[in-house]
Amino acid sequence: MQLIRNGKFVADDFAAVGDEDALPEGAVIVSLERWQKDRDALTARNTPLGVRLKSGQEPSVIADDLDKLTVVALEFPAYRNGRAYSYARLLRERYGYNGEVRAVGNVLRDQFHFMVRCGFDALEVADNITPEIYAENVAVFSHSYQAATDEREPVLSLRQRLAARAATREAV
Amino acid sequence: MAQHSRKGAQFQALTANRLDDGIVVYLTADNRWSESLQDADIAEGKEAGEALLGRAQGSVDDNTIVEPYLFEVAREENGIRAASVRETIRQAGPTVRLDLGKQAELPGVHR
Amino acid sequence: MYRYDEFDQQLVNERVAQFRGQVSRRLSGELTEDEFKPLRLMNGVYLQLHAYMLRIAIPYGTLSSKQLRMLAHIGRKYDRGYGHFTTRQNLQFNWPALKDTPDILRDLATVEMHAIQTSGNCIRNVTSDQYAGAAKDEIEDPRIVSEIIRQWSTFHPEFSFLPRKFKIAVSGTPDDRAAIRVHDIGIQIVQDDKGAIGYEVYVGGGLGRTPMIGKKIADFVPKEDLLAYLEAIMRVYNMYGRRDNIYKARIKILVHEIGAEEMKRQVDAEFAEIRKTGALHLPAEEVARIQAYFAPPAYETLPDESTELNKAIVADPDFANWVKSNVATHKVPGYAIVNISLKPIGGTPGDCSSDQMDAVADIAEKYSFDELRVTHEQNLTLADVRKKDLPAVHAALRAADLATANINLITDQITCPGLDYCALANARSIPLAQQISERFSDLDRQHDIGELKINTSGCINACGHHHVGHIGILGVDKKGVEYYQVTLGGAADEKTAIGDIVGPAFTEDQIVDAIETIVTTYLGLRQPGERFIDTYRRTGIDPFKESLYATH
Repeated sequence: MQLIRNGKFVADDFAAVGDEDALPEGAVIVSLERWQKDRDALTARNTPLGVRLKSGQEPSVIADDLDKLTVVALEFPAYRNGRAYSYARLLRERYGYNGEVRAVGNVLRDQFHFMVRCGFDALEVADNITPEIYAENVAVFSHSYQAATDEREPVLSLRQRLAARAATREAV
Repeated sequence: MAQHSRKGAQFQALTANRLDDGIVVYLTADNRWSESLQDADIAEGKEAGEALLGRAQGSVDDNTIVEPYLFEVAREENGIRAASVRETIRQAGPTVRLDLGKQAELPGVHR
Repeated sequence: MYRYDEFDQQLVNERVAQFRGQVSRRLSGELTEDEFKPLRLMNGVYLQLHAYMLRIAIPYGTLSSKQLRMLAHIGRKYDRGYGHFTTRQNLQFNWPALKDTPDILRDLATVEMHAIQTSGNCIRNVTSDQYAGAAKDEIEDPRIVSEIIRQWSTFHPEFSFLPRKFKIAVSGTPDDRAAIRVHDIGIQIVQDDKGAIGYEVYVGGGLGRTPMIGKKIADFVPKEDLLAYLEAIMRVYNMYGRRDNIYKARIKILVHEIGAEEMKRQVDAEFAEIRKTGALHLPAEEVARIQAYFAPPAYETLPDESTELNKAIVADPDFANWVKSNVATHKVPGYAIVNISLKPIGGTPGDCSSDQMDAVADIAEKYSFDELRVTHEQNLTLADVRKKDLPAVHAALRAADLATANINLITDQITCPGLDYCALANARSIPLAQQISERFSDLDRQHDIGELKINTSGCINACGHHHVGHIGILGVDKKGVEYYQVTLGGAADEKTAIGDIVGPAFTEDQIVDAIETIVTTYLGLRQPGERFIDTYRRTGIDPFKESLYATH
């Protein structure tokens, strides 16, 4: 498993910790259950903290905790299960979360483009993914019809700008 | 994987589709893939059926064929016959386009 | 019709390049079949009973002559000289080689076509009324909003991995020719008392294993908010639709389980949030830009009566019959809507040869502003023909074996490919349709019987819409033998109903006789002016049950 954060392959500085495991030093990602159970102890550690949400655990359950979280990891239990795309958008657009939103689980190359568009800025990917493969897949389509979480300008507004520019040119 | 063989079928053959063009093929006794059911290797009994299925795996792995499965056949005077309507159609072509598929060369296959 | 701009074209070209890479990785073995399958499905490539099948999108059923000629060309070059029009107004080729599919998609892209989202758990091709723009009682041309939805749903990053496939239909007239109440989302264009145009929204309709009629959850969504409203429905579905059981994953099950009112509440809440951001607000300029593509063609000012037409009706009884069944009223004086039946007596419903496609393309170019439509009932429509040209159009269609005069009559059947082509089917459906068609081939008898829709599916997935046929036939498999179950009283129009099962299934040898018994029973029961469906609604199922089973 490798971690791509903001388009760069980086070492994962977070340890994924099971519900029964002892907490190691440093940054950890825990399950929602553990977070709800050990909230005070985890917050008191003063190290970066992440929570991992399974499919079916909606971001609304941690909406009030987001200022304490450096990472929210959203699980794709199967590539076919696209629920976490909605979760990512809600985290960004509804709850205004600015920390890391990480895709974990079944993260296929053919989905990178969609994930980034929905506000994921970190992807846990298979070891055979190279920077070239990442670059090719994340940018597979030059334009997008619809507005999403990313900064891409939708085709609709590109068209309006082009039309406005053409109108100005005609006026000149 | 598709399940098209009746439980307890006595005779079974193995079919698949060729990867590059999708055409229906059958595994032969000498491990080739033939477009004709008449060339198919016939397994008698459950164990022989499983062995036949096992022999197809190499061709899955080397990307010659996809979706191999066993189906029930009967040996008859004029050759091997698929037991179900489905496999008869698969072997010969659509019953509504007798000019297409292998039936164009196999008159009388749809009885 | 809509024409691609540089953005539309680039997207389709990039998709072709992406798929070419995926196919080459598969053929070289870099991708396994398990990895490749979801990718090919996203481009409409299935593996069927005999070979691969490629489904090509025809957005809301609208085609130019040039596009139809390309489909004819693809049929000849890469397939076996014919294609099959489907109930999603799409076209399927039955025999393409996988290695050729990137070239087919490349050829399609040159005429602004593709196979994007014709399969997979995403938003599928939007369907609409084949009379769009020409229907007399139209509130607004449904192609405008259909195109807006097409663009919004294409490669939607949030909704490309839904619990299950998702189908949207739009109707712009009170008469529903698009079957909107049996879609995941049905959109009815409406006008409020101030003249503003908006949308009535139905959700949770569908056929398949668990047929359901859509529930209305909005009376009036304003035009500029449509995408925000659709996104709200999609998000509720993506988050709460079931993913544990493929048979319970459609939105109809969610709506059924939580109830229409709760669905409406959740959608309204999500809609309010999305609306606040303004990101999906539809600018009037973009609506106007798309609307301009669907501006009425250059109609001539003509008298509504045509002496050429009237003369030909008197002179040629075949032509008169064809006009009676296949020609519909147009909103512009002197024009008519022509339906081309793809249901010749004894033929395969929806099949069309490459030569016939070329012929229709020529006719559309010459007589109907270079355009045509595919209907969800598997026929073709020329929407804008001058009445005085009808004799010439009929003659040209007759020369191409396309002048069957049976639209909405008993031999105009919807039929899925069934076991002759489909890997999922349990029974054949085409041969059944052919036998029924031959049994009722007498045209006087067909006219006497009147409007009667027989829909046949070869399995429970209901691609042949059997639940909403006035008479529905479902093929089932009993120990390797084909049986046929009959339903009565279904309808897909503004009075949508799911048919009632009449009783035990019939064998292949009994089924055509059974259909004839049903028809005879209706003829005995009907009151003046009643169609089959009217009589059925009045009498209920009992008299039909009695005549079918009492005598056996």
